[in-house]
Formats: sequence, C-alpha cells, structure tokens
Amino acid sequence: MNLKLKKLIDKELKKYPSDKKQSAVIAALAIMQNDRGWLSKEDISEVALYLDMPEIAVLEVATFYNMFDLKSVGRYKLSICTNISCMLRDADHIVNHLKEKLQIDFNEVTRDGKFCLKESECMGACGGAPLLTVNNQKMHENLNIDKVDQLLKELK
Amino acid sequence: MNDVIDKNIKLENNNKQLFNICLRTSSLKNPGSIKTYQSIGGYEQIKRILKNKIDPQQLIDEIKISGLRGRGGAGFPTGVKWSFMPRDYDGTKYIVCNSDEGEPGTFKDRDIIRYNPHQLIEGMIIGAYIMNAQVGFNYIHGEIWEDYVFFEKAIEDARKAGFLGNNILGSGFDFELHAVHGYGAYICGEETALIESIEGKKGQPRYKPPFPATYGIYGKPTNVNNTETYASIPWIIEHGGQEFMSHGVPNSGGTKIFSVSGHVEKPGNYEIQLGMPFRQLLAEAGGVWKNRQLKAVIPGGPSTPVVPANIIIDATLDYDGLAQIGSSVGAGSMIVMDDSTCMVQALRRLSYFFYEESCGQCTPCREGTGWVYRIIDRIFKGQATLADLDLLTDVSKKISGRTICALGDAAATPVLSFIKHFRSEFENFIKHGKSVN
Repeated sequence: MNLKLKKLIDKELKKYPSDKKQSAVIAALAIMQNDRGWLSKEDISEVALYLDMPEIAVLEVATFYNMFDLKSVGRYKLSICTNISCMLRDADHIVNHLKEKLQIDFNEVTRDGKFCLKESECMGACGGAPLLTVNNQKMHENLNIDKVDQLLKELK
Repeated sequence: MNDVIDKNIKLENNNKQLFNICLRTSSLKNPGSIKTYQSIGGYEQIKRILKNKIDPQQLIDEIKISGLRGRGGAGFPTGVKWSFMPRDYDGTKYIVCNSDEGEPGTFKDRDIIRYNPHQLIEGMIIGAYIMNAQVGFNYIHGEIWEDYVFFEKAIEDARKAGFLGNNILGSGFDFELHAVHGYGAYICGEETALIESIEGKKGQPRYKPPFPATYGIYGKPTNVNNTETYASIPWIIEHGGQEFMSHGVPNSGGTKIFSVSGHVEKPGNYEIQLGMPFRQLLAEAGGVWKNRQLKAVIPGGPSTPVVPANIIIDATLDYDGLAQIGSSVGAGSMIVMDDSTCMVQALRRLSYFFYEESCGQCTPCREGTGWVYRIIDRIFKGQATLADLDLLTDVSKKISGRTICALGDAAATPVLSFIKHFRSEFENFIKHGKSVN
C-alpha cells in the first residue's frame, strides 16, 4: 500500500472514533479496488493489517458487498442494471447488444482484457433507466444502442 | 409556539398539486450550492434555533403537528421517533441519514443529495440539536458515487460556513457530519443492517429490541431517518407544522416525493401534496408511454403490493388512500407497467432481486427466496405445473413474518400480490408454456 492510498484511507478513518478503525473497511477496500482494479488476497491482507482487523473479517465484507470484485474485471467493468425499472425500459436489449458486441457473457472478460460485463441490482437512479456504471464510479443513463456504442469507443 | 412558527397558517386546500419542499431548489441555478440554498432562506432556521435556544421539546411538538412520517417506507411518525432518543444520556449519541435507497424504483434521495443537499444538512443539524447528538452520518447508496462526492463537498461547504463542527455559530453546540459510502447491498437500507455496515461489518440486521434509540452505532443511542424525512425538517420549522400538514391530508401530512419509473413518458421525481389523485400524477409523468394502456402499478416499491390498473386509477396517493386499495406508500417508488408487460417476467426479476439481496442470516428468507425464484423461473421456462402456483404461495407465506427484518416480508409481497391479481395470466403461462399476453 503506497502513501497515496494510506492518505486516502486515513481521511476515511477520521470519520470514526480512533478505536473503531473497522468502520473504514468498506471505504478502504473501495480505495484499494479503485487503485488495483480488483481485490487480491494480498490486498485483503494489507487492509486487515492497516485497520487492525482479522483477515477473515475483511474478507467477509469484501464478499458481502456486490460492488467488490475478487477476480480480475478487465480495465473497464460495465455494471448494467436489469432490475424491474430498467427491464421495463428494455435493458435486456442493451444487455444483448453488449454481449454480442463484446462477445462475452455476464462475469466474463473480453480476450483483450479490456471489458467485463456485470449484471447489477438496482442502482437507485431508475428515472434514467436503462443505465450502467463504469468501474463503479461513472454512471451512464438513458441508454440506447447508439449511446452504448459511443461509450465503448470512448473507453480506450 | 410563536417563536417556532414564522408564518401564518394557510387554509387547508383539497386541490392537490405538485409542490416542492424537499426539492425546492431544483428549478434554480446551481441548485445544490450553499449559496443557492441560502438565497431562499436556507440555514436561517438553525441560526434562529441556536440564537433563541429554542426548547427541543417545542420543536418535537411542532414536528408531531406536521404529521411528518418516515419517508423511507415504514411511515413511522418522525416526531414520536425523535422523542425515543434518551435526553440525559452521558456520552456520544448518533444520528444517521439513510440515503441507501436500493429498492427497485426508488431514486428520490439521490435528487435531494444532488439538488438540495444543504436542506438535508440543515435538517440533520436541527435533528442533532433536538436529540442532542454530536455525530451524524449520511449513508449513501453505493452506485451513485458522483453524488456521494458531491455531498462530501456540500458537507465541506457547510463546515466552512460555520454550520458544522465545534461551537456552531458560537452557540456551544457541537455537531460533526460525515458521508459514508455503501458498496452494493440492498439490505443496508434496513436501519440495523446500516448500523452494522457503518461499524464495518456485513450488513446483517440486528434483533429488535433493543432499538437503535437505545443501542445503535457502537452500542450508543442512534436515530436513523430517511433523507426525505430529514430534508423536510427545515421547512416544517420555518413554516410551522400546521402549514406542512395542510399540504397533505389528515394522517398524511405534507408533501412526498414519488419516483415514477417504468412505462411512462416522463420518468422522474415528482414531489406531490399527499392526497393527490393517482390519475393526476400519471398525467404529470406524461401518461403511459407509446399511447399504450395501463396494466398495473407498484405504488411504493416492490415491497408494496402491486395494484391492477382498474383499482389504482381512482385511488389517492396518501397513506390511507393506498392502504384502502391494499397497498402502501412505501418509499413512493412508483413503477408503472403498460399492457405489454408480462407479469411472470416482471415477478421473476423481482424475485431474483430478493434472492440475490437476502443477507443469508434467517433460514426462511435465505432458502425461501431461492425457492421462490426457482419456481418462477420454472414457470418462465415453461417447465411448471399448475400445482407450482400453490407451492409458490405456500413458500412465500412461510417466509413472511418469520425473519428478523422486513426483507422476508418484502420478498413475499410481490409474489402474493402478483398471483392474487394476475392469477389467470400465471395459469395461462403455465398451460401454454409461454406468455399469451
């Protein structure tokens, strides 16, 4: 863990009492994942060490919350919501297009290591359905085939 | 109450309209900025409260008069909930804003965070003053990262302006507020699961009692309320409880945001005066899209029962109005379905959601949601028999009421209500092995 990551985690730690470091575990894992793309066993150990937590307690959190990835997800993880509000506005059509274009199914990575496709549960933005996020952070709403194609082009 | 109420009480009107309280900055320029909020009188209420040292009990009474009920779905009277917090506790007390909206069709808190974060912050400061809490957290849904970052900035702006931190505005009152980011777990919208999550654990709900007001974060007294609930507070304190109440109907005071999604021309958030006819809201949302007919509506999110078109069309949108037709306001997450919708497919997706999001703690929910999904999937794939419908009902009833938290009931609700109202469609699907809609 480099100094930059430690600084980011320290900022999160300030939100909680000094003897409650565990409270920052979700944020710490998110910071690690954002830096490394996905969480390896070593990343889990590092977070455990930094927060004085048993490794199993960190792993428990990493496996419980859907946005953590314990396997490589390529350079760009596209998480697309297929829940009811998105389904009603043809998310399946977008999903099929993505699968065909990228030649992958859900939870697979393209051969060039660039894209991974994930099926997501409700993202709390259903007014903009259908929608997807890139690497957990950038949301794209009101998708149609043209917008998806454009997005794929922009992600270098 | 004269030092609490700023303005005169308006006469009750029965003509319900869109009316922005929580989203009142949304049509202004830079709606989310502290400057914009202050330009409409923002932060004046907390200033007045601190300056005049208004008795917290007086403020709670005002909130009780307003009829404000928890906007996250439970509908519990806010003033009553706040009075549960022990007043003379010696140690840190916490207040938490629950912005972890992950129930399908719910997206109102996001717009409060994006367009009016400072009203939420002021509501939390007032709440902290009333409950004498020193620390607050706003737990924000994982997938809306950009809005989380925006809210962190709003907190920073409020701190710089002197509304957060130690000795706020020289009053001797201390309150610190932090944003917390979820990471994709619907269950963390349940208040005790959310508390577990803030403690850095899996989001598995706790047994109640003890309730958070006595045993919350780190075992300390904790109040958890929804974003919209907190954001309503400054307006109530400014205009008075009676005025807020008068925007709704008896037993359903004030305004409520309905997040309308699905088959409408203009999906989005609509803050309505409670008691508005369903027809009117549907019209505000542009009506059913593509000139199709309305088939069914889930009025408050999938944990509230689905209602067929002919029943909802004459309903009013308030706690009693929706209870009368066998459903509920929930979080105001209105999912509209047109006549092309296959109810088997819709229920299959919802059931998968509850299966995926069950935290795994209680056996009836962990195992039952899997059973439910697999049976519906069997119907969807044309492999079911009519007896499966009874099995589906039976399994759902055995989940309901047998779990620590409400997710079990929530998982059973769509199954039971879809089959109740659309049984023949399910039967036809089973007989033909496909949708004959």
